[in-house]
Order: sequence, then structure tokens, then C-alpha cells
Amino acid sequence: MQATSSLREPLITGGKTVADVSHDISRHVEAKPAKSWWMAFGVSLVLLIYGFYCVCYLLWNGIGAWGLNKTVGWAWDITNFVWWVGIGHAGTLISAVLLLFRQKWRMSINRAAEAMTIFAVICAATFPLVHMGRLWLGFYWALPLPNAFGSLWANFNSPLLWDVFAISTYFSVSLVFWYIGLIPDFAVIRDRAVRQGNKVRALIYNGLSFGWDGAAKTWMRYESVALILAGLSTPLVLSVHTIVSMDFATSVVPGWHTTIFPPYFVAGAIFSGFAMVLTLLIITRKVFKLEDYITIYHLELMNIIIIVTGSVVGIAYITEFFIAWYGQVPAEQYAFYNRMQGPYWWAYWSMMTCNVISPQLFWFKKIRTSIVSTFILSIIVNIGMWFERFVIIVTSLHREYLPSGWTMFHPTMYDIGEYVFTFGLFFTLFFLFAKFFPVINMAEVKSIVKSSSEKKH
Amino acid sequence: MESNKNFVVGIFNDEDVLLHAVEGIRGKGVKIQEVFSPFPVHGLDEVLGYKRSRLPIAAFLFGMTGTSLALLMQIWMLGYDWPMIIGGKDHASLPPFIPVTFELTVLLAAFGMVITFFIVSDMKPYKWPRQFDLRSTDDKHVMAIDLADNKLSKDEIGQILKDNGASEVNEKNF
Repeated sequence: MQATSSLREPLITGGKTVADVSHDISRHVEAKPAKSWWMAFGVSLVLLIYGFYCVCYLLWNGIGAWGLNKTVGWAWDITNFVWWVGIGHAGTLISAVLLLFRQKWRMSINRAAEAMTIFAVICAATFPLVHMGRLWLGFYWALPLPNAFGSLWANFNSPLLWDVFAISTYFSVSLVFWYIGLIPDFAVIRDRAVRQGNKVRALIYNGLSFGWDGAAKTWMRYESVALILAGLSTPLVLSVHTIVSMDFATSVVPGWHTTIFPPYFVAGAIFSGFAMVLTLLIITRKVFKLEDYITIYHLELMNIIIIVTGSVVGIAYITEFFIAWYGQVPAEQYAFYNRMQGPYWWAYWSMMTCNVISPQLFWFKKIRTSIVSTFILSIIVNIGMWFERFVIIVTSLHREYLPSGWTMFHPTMYDIGEYVFTFGLFFTLFFLFAKFFPVINMAEVKSIVKSSSEKKH
Repeated sequence: MESNKNFVVGIFNDEDVLLHAVEGIRGKGVKIQEVFSPFPVHGLDEVLGYKRSRLPIAAFLFGMTGTSLALLMQIWMLGYDWPMIIGGKDHASLPPFIPVTFELTVLLAAFGMVITFFIVSDMKPYKWPRQFDLRSTDDKHVMAIDLADNKLSKDEIGQILKDNGASEVNEKNF
């Protein structure tokens, strides 16, 4: 009764059984963390504490602590915001879009990718919050709440307000989707704890699993919920980066005022997100010895998505450039000339090299199936995507219509410190997740053991 | 939770055997209380005779509530309560209201559906489920048959389970 496709590579190697799946993935939650975990966690915590100091300094002294000036009113903060939001997109793409397309290879990677989404969105959200300076007033500025101006409501015509709704909806729906996926796996750990006689752990994980019983009726409802959440998340994820791009595209700043932004931003988001998923998963599979679940084949498929989205991004750069020339608007033409030849030329060419050239290397099978080159290229792609946002934001702003207002932007240690803060936050959360939560969706992987697992010879 | 209930519990190792077993056992007129699995088994709800979940309808209704509330809120706030001319547009022009309307539709649909799911499935953090066999979250499919629901004796049901491929037959009393 075995139904194994001879055409497709197995998604699980090492001749695993269903019981092996529970054991291999739950044991990291049950065991005491390794020294390497403590070290990595410790480094993240140090970054977080240093970054927290920088944030506190900024809140105490005001936004002047950053290198912003009258011309460049947005720089690292919004660059990092867009960068982190973009990274988040891959998680939703893997869990929602690939679910709708019935791609089974998502099953080993969706849990970690969704966790990445949630943590990346948290990191992204810190930038606009901190940029408000008095973030305790943020609720009144950003949400339509009755206020002392009787009531002067928030402006629903502004893309910045759309962003508030988009990001908070995206965060909460992703969190729910991720948690729904975790529920049956928490029950696995609970029942293992009962058998191991660990009452405290059993109680905690039962609470986390909402008393999951795994009945056929519950599974039926559960699958229906997962499918609808995937259907809701798919347009949601597209809307989020579309709205982020509208923060720029609805303005009249040369270099921002283009209709290509929404699709170009979404492709770039998925591109950088997959790169970050690869970086994290290559480390995770190594540290937790999950090579049989996250195989080279998984990495290869993700690299193929990087080629696709990287090429879309490359074409978008060229289109944008062509339209600037073809449109014959002098300010727009100058904005693009300035990107390539102006004082920030190095940022532009770093972006072009990292985002347009480097993903094309994945056409070579040797490169896309090598862990070392995938790891290096995944980091290069993320550096490139950071520069993309920097180029769009800072080089467009620093030389606008009025030459008398032209200036340069120089980051201070507090600009850098806030970026460090989000790195600390992201990795602290990710390491806590990797320790206390099952990093692979056990229930889903179990459902494909029979059809997609390599058989013991 | 009812007390003094006697169950015959059949353990199955394989999902395909389980699917045929459910058909075979129901064919013999035995009433199955519930089947517990470590992962969703496709087609199990059909052979057990469950009706399709109505959660998608709930999601749709919650979504429509979100759409209406979002539109009403924006039109009332910017069109009637404090009208202002922004960018030379109408007070309550629809296009700029679409993003927020969409987001609130998704938000309410997702949360409404998930909360409904928890309520109809009776799932809450402080509830300990009735467990027939702890291995049902590991690698076994567990079929529970309530003796009170069936006319056949314990041994007869046990024999039917064995004939349909159960690897073990146990008893469980609550």
C-alpha cells in the first residue's frame, strides 16, 4: 500500500517513522539547552541590552539623537522598518500561499518561517513607534480614538495610517495562524511529559495546547480553520507590502513617485524573506540535527524562489530606470542619475550587485545545492535588500527639487544602536522559540511520512 | 464528563488500514464514538459520516461585520463627525478607505473564526481532554467505541476491531 512517487525527491530522509518525528523534534524542547544555545542566546541578549540603552537614550533626549536633518527626515528608521517587514513576508508565503498550492515541502519549514515573520514584524514595529519620540502618545496619533480635540480623527486618507492597520492586522493574524499550527504539537509534548512523569511540563503544555484531543471532528474543524486562515493571509501579505510601498509611492518625491512600487516591493519582500529563512534554517538544522527533515532539497526549492523573486526585483530596477529616462521628467531623471553617480553611488552598486547579480548564481545546481554557498548568498541578499531600502529612501530624499536643501545623511551611534536593538530582539525571541517550542510542525510532517519519506533500505 | 462509561479502544498503526476499518466497523452496525489521530487523516471525516464544518460561514459573517464596521467608522468620522478637505478630495471618498476596510475585514474574519473554533470544539487552556490512549498524539490512531451505544458485547466488538486490522484492543473506563 505504499504510494511513493519515483519522480519526486523524498522530503524526509533517513527512513523516519511517525514515532521518530515526535521524538526527534520534541527532544529539543525536553532536554536542557546545549552550551551553543546559551552562547548564542547570551550574545543576542547583550545586543538587546545595548540596543535598549540606545532606545532609552533616544526617548529621553529626543529624535535629535539620530542623524536626521531637515532634508532627510526619514533614514535608517524607515529603512530598517521596511527591511524587517519584508523579511516577515516569506513566513506567510510559505505557510499560506504554499498551503493553498498544496506544496508539501513547506511542512518542514513553515513553523520556523512563521516564527520569523512574527519576530520580524515586532522588530519592524519598534521603528515607527520609537520615531514618534513620545511613543506613549502613539495610540492617540495612530488609532482613531476619541481625543481632547473633540474629536479630530486620524486621517484615513494617509498611507501611514493604512500602515498602522496593515501591520497590526498582519501581526495578529500571523500570530493566530502560527499558534493554531502549534496547538497539536503542544499536545504531543504534553503527552510525552505525562509518560515521562513530568507533571509541571504536562500542565504547562496542556494549557498551551488548549486541551487538544486530536479527535477526528476537531481535526476536521482545524483543517477548515487552517485553510480559511491561509486564504485570508494570502491577500493580507500582499496588502501589507503594497501599503508599505504606498508610504512612498503616494508622495511626489522624485524616485518615490512611481506606480511600480507595490509589485516591486512585494517581490523584494519575498526575496529577502526567503534569504532570512535560509540563514535561520541552515543554522537551526545544524544545531538541532534536523538534516533529515530540512533537506538539501528544501534548501534548493527555496533557492529557486530566490531566483524567481530576485529576477523580478532586477527587472523592476531596470523598468524603474527606463521609465525615469522615458518619462522625461528632469527631477526624476536626476534622481536616478544621482543614485548611480551621486555621493551614495556605493549604496546603489552594492544593491545592484547583491540583489541582481548574486541570486543569478543559483542557476547553477552546484551552488543552489551547497549549504555553504546558500548560507553566504542568503546573507548577501539581505545586505542587498537593506541597501535597496536605503537607496530608495535616503538617496531620493537627500537631493530633491531644491538644490539649496541638498545635504547628506550620516548615521549616529543611536541610529545604529536601534538597528542593533532589533537584531538583539529578533534573535533573543528566535532562540527562545527554538528552545521552548517545537521548531518543525510535527503533525504536518507526520501526515507525509508515508508518502514522501525515504524508505529504509 | 459522564462517569462510569465503558469503552472498547482499538489501536491502529496505519491511516489507510484505519480508513477501511472505519467503513468495515460502521458497516457491521457498530457505533464509533470518536477516532483520535496524531495528524489529520484525509477522508476520515467522510467515512465517519461527519457533516462539513460550517466554520467558513462563520468566517464570512465575521468578515462582513468587519467590512461594514470599517466603512461606517471611516465614513462617519471623516464624512460627518469632523469633515475636512484633504488633498482636495470629497469628505467621504471611498478609494482611500479601502485599505483599512480590507484589513479590518481580515482581522475580524480571522479572530471571529478562531474564537468560534475554540468554542465549538470546547477547547480551553485549563481543560484536560479525555484521553483514551496517550499514544494518539504520537503515532497511533485510537478508535473509541462506547459500550452503552452498542448492543454488541465487549468481546464481539473487540473481535470486529481485530478483524478490521486493529493492532491492539483495550478497555478504558471513565
